[in-house]
Amino acid sequence: MNVGNVPFVVAALLVVLGLYTFLFKRNLIKLVIGISLIETGVNLFLVALGYRTAGIAPIYTLAPAGRMVLPTPQALTLTSIVIGLATTALLLSFAVFVYRHYGTLDAGKIKELQG
Amino acid sequence: MNALTVHAPVLLVAVPLLGAFATPLVGRFGRSARNVFVGSVILFTGALAGLMAAHVFGLGEPLVYVLGGADGFGVPLPSGMQVPVRILFEVDAMSAFMALITALVALAGTWYSFSYWRERSGGDLYHSLLLLLTAGIFGMELTGDMFNFFVFLEVTSIAACGLIGFRVWLKHSQEAGFKVMALYTLSGILVLLAVGLLYGEHGGLNIAYLASRVGGSLVDRIALGLLLTGLAMKAGAVPLHMWAPDAYGEAPAPTSAVLVANSQASLYGLFRILFTLYGATVSVGALGWILIAFALLTIAVGVTMALVQRDIKRLIAYSAVSQIGYMLLGVGVGLAVSVARPEFGRTAMHGGIFHMLNDAACIGLLFLASGAVIRASGTRDLNKMGGLAHRMGWTTGFFLIGALALAGVPPLNGFASKFLIYESSFRLSPILAVIAILASIMLLAVFVKVFQAAFLGPPPDGVTETPTGMLVPMAVLAVAVVLLGLFPGFFIDRLVAPAADALWSGRDIYIRAILGG
Repeated sequence: MNVGNVPFVVAALLVVLGLYTFLFKRNLIKLVIGISLIETGVNLFLVALGYRTAGIAPIYTLAPAGRMVLPTPQALTLTSIVIGLATTALLLSFAVFVYRHYGTLDAGKIKELQG
Repeated sequence: MNALTVHAPVLLVAVPLLGAFATPLVGRFGRSARNVFVGSVILFTGALAGLMAAHVFGLGEPLVYVLGGADGFGVPLPSGMQVPVRILFEVDAMSAFMALITALVALAGTWYSFSYWRERSGGDLYHSLLLLLTAGIFGMELTGDMFNFFVFLEVTSIAACGLIGFRVWLKHSQEAGFKVMALYTLSGILVLLAVGLLYGEHGGLNIAYLASRVGGSLVDRIALGLLLTGLAMKAGAVPLHMWAPDAYGEAPAPTSAVLVANSQASLYGLFRILFTLYGATVSVGALGWILIAFALLTIAVGVTMALVQRDIKRLIAYSAVSQIGYMLLGVGVGLAVSVARPEFGRTAMHGGIFHMLNDAACIGLLFLASGAVIRASGTRDLNKMGGLAHRMGWTTGFFLIGALALAGVPPLNGFASKFLIYESSFRLSPILAVIAILASIMLLAVFVKVFQAAFLGPPPDGVTETPTGMLVPMAVLAVAVVLLGLFPGFFIDRLVAPAADALWSGRDIYIRAILGG
């Protein structure tokens, strides 16, 4: 199936949505969701880079003739997903501890470190 | 050339990485077993960095390390197909120079931690994270592959934020941890997006290969903009510095020193991308002026904010931010004139690169000394401490050496590199040198205030000299500060000039080492 540029448009939409959330929301959990959305957008962009219409999986050993999708972006995306998981987990645990100390998740009220 | 030297690039990453994961296991056998283990891992790593640097500086060309195959680039598969996919480490004089800086700071920081970390629990994981951070920094400096650079960048981000925020009982460390992690993640995503764009445009990830292909197309320019923003953010250049004072200020004292090495590794990535990956394919004059603008803002904001701080750690943190500006200024001036008037650009580059080493030594020393000060006085508020000089002679001396060096007082090392920067930036535009010198004088005022507040005054009760385990690492850095200041010519000729020239004129050599021809 020919998907054209649809994946790139979706990736750009995800990144823009994530950036909007990151810049304009004040709840820490929503900030994490925003970062996660940007990450997902970039991951989709990477996978879409390697996609070839009607390509087969890039397993070289005894592969049938024909187009293959690119293996490198898939490896990159896998790595990036794992890293994204680690950063999201770390961010969320920081959010939990921030809530325990400050009693709020509102970024506007968590401002003791300034100047 | 022995096996250890050949494999040094990968061992520099592998040894601290495996050491990091083994540390909690060794920690089961008690504190001293763990300290011996972590100490020997970091000593071995330092020795490797020295060996590798000696080899690379003697070789005069980049050392290439191929992961996954010693016999060239082809791997035969059952179907007879050859896949030219390899992961490369490429170490030129600049990478080796950065590895030396990291080794020095990591050694001092880890050594200091053994006596500093007195809490009952958490020490195993703390040292584990410190080794992980060191491994990530080495990886960023030695890799020859853009995607690996991103991976190591994220390794340092996660380890650094772990170190900033692992003391969950401290309120401010949690706020700092969240903020720093969010901004580090954002800078990592910007770098990843740029790597994706470069891969889509040129079909490769190797820095040398990409450098041979970039041509200044729109996609290349967008990627450059993303990399510039992402790495300037990770290095803490104003106006993307919001995380830096929180990170340096809230992390444990020895960690702050290693975090500065981490920021410098990002700066190294920025320079590598500007000089090696893009080189003259983009308008370097304009880029140089962008760096200079970043630099002046960073110097001015860093010093001004340091002036108004009352918290000693945060004050040193802002001075650390301002020093990043001096490095950017030196290299920015070099980049701006690299095509039009190269005669003093090389001097500027030497100043900027030399300042990386000098800053690592004197800011590292200051952070370690501030840890000792906080430990003795039990507070970080400058208004509540005082009189420490009466009982802590050594600490006072080391703090004074670090502060004077940072403020650029001759004959200490800060002056040696700042003088090169003043001299060359004056020839580009006197106003640059004036701002840089004024900021240095203000920095001196800042540290006179700190010295007066913390060390002078009536002696406090119950204060004793810092334990020897913390004094020795400070002494090592202090000796480095003095030696670098007394014999700058020696170090510039042997270390700084080859490193700066690898960026300045080594682009073709870097590409040829991988692609041949």
